[in-house]
Amino acid sequence: MDNATIEVSGLRKRFGPTVALDGMSFTVQPGRVTGFVGPNGAGKSTTMRVVLGLDTADAGTALVGGRPYRQLRTPLRQVGALLDANAVQPSRSARNHLLWLAHSQGIGRARVDTVLGQVGLAAVARRRAGGFSLGMRQRLGIAAALLGDPPILLLDEPVNGLDPEGVIWIRGLLRSLAAEGRAVLVSSHLMSELQDTADQLVVVGRGRVIADANVTELLAAAARGRVVVRTRAPETARTELLRAGATATVTGPDTLDVAGPSAERVVALLTAGRVPVAEVSAYQASLEEAYLTLTRDAVEFQAGQVAR
Amino acid sequence: MRHLIRAEWTKVRTVPGWTIAVLLSVLATIGLGVLTAAGNHSSCGGASTVCPPPPLGPDGTAVDDHFFFVHRALAGDGSITVRLSSMTGQRRLPDATPGVRRVASGLVPWAKAGIMVKDGTRPGASYAALMATGTHGVRLQYDFSHDVPGSASRVGAGTPCWLRLVRTGRHLTGYESADGHRWTRVGTASLPGLPTRVQIGLFAASPGALRVARADLGGSVETISFSSTTARFDHVGLDGTATGGWHRTDVGATVDPDGSVHHPGSARWSAGRYTVTGVGDIAPRVDGMTVEKTLSGLLVGLLIVIVVAAGFVAAEYRTGLVRTTLTTDPRRGRVLGAKAVVLAGTAFVAGLAATAATLPIGTHVLRANRNTVLPVDTLSVLRIVVGTGLLVALIAVLVLALATLLRRASAAIAAGVALVLVPRILATTSVLPDSAAQWVLRLTPAAGFAIQQSIPTYRQVTAHLVPQAGYYPLPPWAGLAVTAGYAAVALLLAVVVLRRRDA
Repeated sequence: MDNATIEVSGLRKRFGPTVALDGMSFTVQPGRVTGFVGPNGAGKSTTMRVVLGLDTADAGTALVGGRPYRQLRTPLRQVGALLDANAVQPSRSARNHLLWLAHSQGIGRARVDTVLGQVGLAAVARRRAGGFSLGMRQRLGIAAALLGDPPILLLDEPVNGLDPEGVIWIRGLLRSLAAEGRAVLVSSHLMSELQDTADQLVVVGRGRVIADANVTELLAAAARGRVVVRTRAPETARTELLRAGATATVTGPDTLDVAGPSAERVVALLTAGRVPVAEVSAYQASLEEAYLTLTRDAVEFQAGQVAR
Repeated sequence: MRHLIRAEWTKVRTVPGWTIAVLLSVLATIGLGVLTAAGNHSSCGGASTVCPPPPLGPDGTAVDDHFFFVHRALAGDGSITVRLSSMTGQRRLPDATPGVRRVASGLVPWAKAGIMVKDGTRPGASYAALMATGTHGVRLQYDFSHDVPGSASRVGAGTPCWLRLVRTGRHLTGYESADGHRWTRVGTASLPGLPTRVQIGLFAASPGALRVARADLGGSVETISFSSTTARFDHVGLDGTATGGWHRTDVGATVDPDGSVHHPGSARWSAGRYTVTGVGDIAPRVDGMTVEKTLSGLLVGLLIVIVVAAGFVAAEYRTGLVRTTLTTDPRRGRVLGAKAVVLAGTAFVAGLAATAATLPIGTHVLRANRNTVLPVDTLSVLRIVVGTGLLVALIAVLVLALATLLRRASAAIAAGVALVLVPRILATTSVLPDSAAQWVLRLTPAAGFAIQQSIPTYRQVTAHLVPQAGYYPLPPWAGLAVTAGYAAVALLLAVVVLRRRDA
């Protein structure tokens, strides 16, 4: 596959009176993790099903590597997907689940054992998948997605049910998959899950894209160059900074946010005013804040639908 | 496709419940079949209580061969010509007063009288006979299972019937005539094992009078009462090297314990006029146990196969695994095709193994219990074994398609049972009227059970050949074709729906 991309363009789909997709358009680039964020019901899973050729859109196109999924002949070698971790036959063992998938693509048994090891299920490979915890099933689903060593990956809520160790593991995995040049699309309804993982963020609501932005730029924009000051005398510091023309807000018993001057200038101002300073640092916006910044102007996006 | 089939096969074999269920279906079929066989015992009156085995025809099938024969020995080629001037009969009616016999005159439909060439007088020996019948006109019948119709003429007062049977080597050609001058060829029989020296002569036979009544709960009740046929012949002409005089033989008559013949026939002649009275029938035997009776447990085996077939697809819908399956190959028709191939193969082997084991074991047990089991040739046994495997496979594919359409195991199982097992049970037990039962076995997927019928539905036999008695309205492969049609249409429909539907 020459171009490991997912190109979604103008997808529309109705389920009876409900509009599921309303002109969904975005592109997933290789070499980065693209977060696919939005509240439940925003159309994330439907989009993924359309991309995988499972659902038919009323209008629009979805291409993987430049082709519709339905034209692929050994699709798992090109696109790996995790849609629903619970989609396993409960009495079939993890290994056999991967084995039939491997056979369907002409992939050998050795690869099954490789991916089982990669997701940390080697020890329980012969146990029935029905006895697995949600976290183990997520790992099994990820193993299935990795089976064909595909350049494109679609993972629907893969962090769901993982324990903290698993969350750290999957972040590392996603980052390394992207570092290998793969296109990785990860959906989540929780912005925090994508913190420190996603390079690109596609925010959706009501079946369409609200924002599509680079995370680094996004965080910088959300921080707006603010500086955080920790001091024993926040009120004094605030007065001192206001006098210099900066905007300063006391945010805690010993902290204040400063907008306007750079960190060096803040230090200089406070030192000159003899205000005791414990710490001065660049403001780190959270992804939630970035998200709120992004969606603030989205008219369609109303309260009550806001992602947590 | 090869990859998909391998994947689906891996799916089947890696769910322990399905493997166990398929084995269970085989064991249930064998076990219930043997159990049924073990519960069947037969005994007959007489000193030994062992029922006498039925005579076997030249091709090994069980036959009825009971008639009155007036015959001479013929060496080599020759012919016999007779005028059958009258044919009358008597039927016994149920006693109105106990112990007082009531009879009615009249011929039974398959009353037989005419001329015959036979390899001796042993019951079951090869023969060819040209005859007039009660209501079925002139027929050339030979070696029990062959029946060639001639004209529809009936012998009555003033309407005699001329019959001629010509032997040339192993070929016997029958001719009929209304006046003894203009002859019409009826047909030619080929009797492969016929020796040079044969018996040639006149005969009369009369199968029991069959009455069929509707049973209280549907189905039918048959009663057979004794009947006899009396035929008068004249203008008897014999060409060829006949030796000795005329002999009388009550072929196949039952001898009572006191040594007397049970329901004897008779013959007398004078001045070229012969009067022959006979009872019994010359025909393939349909009265007795058939080998497929041992396959009654297949219904339970099939139920298990139906459950597995439904689960094979519906479980994927229940868990959502179907989406994974359809992402492995977006060509959905091929995916369902691979599933059908794997399931059909599994079901075929299970059905074949179950039948191949049940038939010989069950038949052995039946015979050990002194039951008369109608013998079946190897080719028919092979047809039943392979055909039952195919039947199970087709039903599995039908249910697979239903499960794809309905997406729920319970609905697919219910539909499969309603389409296959219920019609079969209703039609073969005494629930439905006979004609309804026959239509059910023509029009529903249960038609395929016809593949198990070991004894053909002979039209020339006096018996009520209905599904209740194990006789299907369609020939074996035609019945199976009906089931195959259902499976094919359902599978096609499932492919179309699966292609169009969001997964």
